[in-house]
Amino acid sequence: MSGVKFVEEFRDGAIARGLARRIAEVARGLPEVRLMEVCGTHTMAIYRNGIRQLLPENIVLISGPGCPVCVTPNDYIDRAIAFARRPDVTVCTFGDMVRVPGSSSSLELEKSRRADVRVVYSPLDAVEVAVQNPGRKVVFLGVGFETTAPTVAAAIELAAAKGVDNFFVSSAHKVMPPALAALTADARLGLKGFILPAHVSAIIGVVPYQFLAAKHGMAGVIAGFEPLDILQGILMLVEQVAEGRAAIEVQYTRVVREEGNPRALALLERVFQPCDAEWRGLGMIAGSGLAIRAEYAAHQAEANIIVEPEQTVVHPSCRCGEVLRGLLHPRECPLFGTVCTPETPVGACMVSTEGTCAACYKYGAPAEEGSVGG
Amino acid sequence: MCLGVPMRVVEINGDMAVAEITGVRRSISLQLVEDVQVGDYVIVHAGFAIQVLDEAEAQETIRLLQEFGVQGG
Repeated sequence: MSGVKFVEEFRDGAIARGLARRIAEVARGLPEVRLMEVCGTHTMAIYRNGIRQLLPENIVLISGPGCPVCVTPNDYIDRAIAFARRPDVTVCTFGDMVRVPGSSSSLELEKSRRADVRVVYSPLDAVEVAVQNPGRKVVFLGVGFETTAPTVAAAIELAAAKGVDNFFVSSAHKVMPPALAALTADARLGLKGFILPAHVSAIIGVVPYQFLAAKHGMAGVIAGFEPLDILQGILMLVEQVAEGRAAIEVQYTRVVREEGNPRALALLERVFQPCDAEWRGLGMIAGSGLAIRAEYAAHQAEANIIVEPEQTVVHPSCRCGEVLRGLLHPRECPLFGTVCTPETPVGACMVSTEGTCAACYKYGAPAEEGSVGG
Repeated sequence: MCLGVPMRVVEINGDMAVAEITGVRRSISLQLVEDVQVGDYVIVHAGFAIQVLDEAEAQETIRLLQEFGVQGG
């Protein structure tokens, strides 16, 4: 995307080196500072731009559970596959989900067996598929955090308003703050701060993170996705640690407002309600999911389309769970790079384009730091 | 998955708009944002503008960053 306004300006190598020098100055003399990025887009950018290699040894970046595809548990994938196997169902999904392995199949494999599985760019496209195919039940796989959930809420509202009664959503949407609370409580990680997500924060704003600083003494900086955004965010975090402060600050001021996006939040509130949700790697987290409200029950896939998914099994050697908790570096997984590669993924962290293992496989240096160790 | 790109709005038709990046045009929904004008940059995710980019804030961040470039060389 060379030459793109408001992108290119944040990719300057000389500025990156200047920021790295400043981080090293501020970090000098500090004990090890462990920071976690919790968004898959950050994970990918950190690996792709070699950001770890620019940091001093005592600043350690750990990748957290920030890819919504990766944290979606196997039983959801198995249910999606069961929907796809019904002859009267069309499954619409974002592309990341297609190759994720379930217990014995994947949506890609089902598609090769003649299932009607379609990749869409927007949830609105899935509503259009339903309009064009009135004789079929169209199930959209609602996977994603607060960035994506409002777009799916908009699609549900549109389908309800237009009477598109063959459009359904299977919601595995999740919200970030409860997961941050769970990670903060994990003493094994020894975290000092979080690089907070850019576009989740564009929706939810700053307030939902305040508990991290106020209650747990965690530093937090909402950073953009470009390399200079991330480096500046790390500098702001290291400055907080050096000064003995803990606050939630915004580096990505060009997009994130204190109050977030009130329109998107109101839409979320109208269509979804909080529920407990299972995260691969983190287990059940209270209040971390989004369930479709009763007013829109007619568009809730599970309630309206009965399927019997196969018995869910997880590959016994797959260590995705520990990778997602930041407890294991991808290279410490026995399957990494041998049995499990982007071409033949065993675990979700390898199949998703934003998974930690995929990022490490594609861009990782042979021996970069960044885990607690198995 | 939460990737969103800054696209320039070139045309507005009610709740929908045409936005452009590097010559590529996309139809996007403006349902999640308020007060968008032609010429504004918006962050686009899954076919929706999810936020309007604040150009003054962007320039201020760029100005701050350039100081590191001067120091870093």
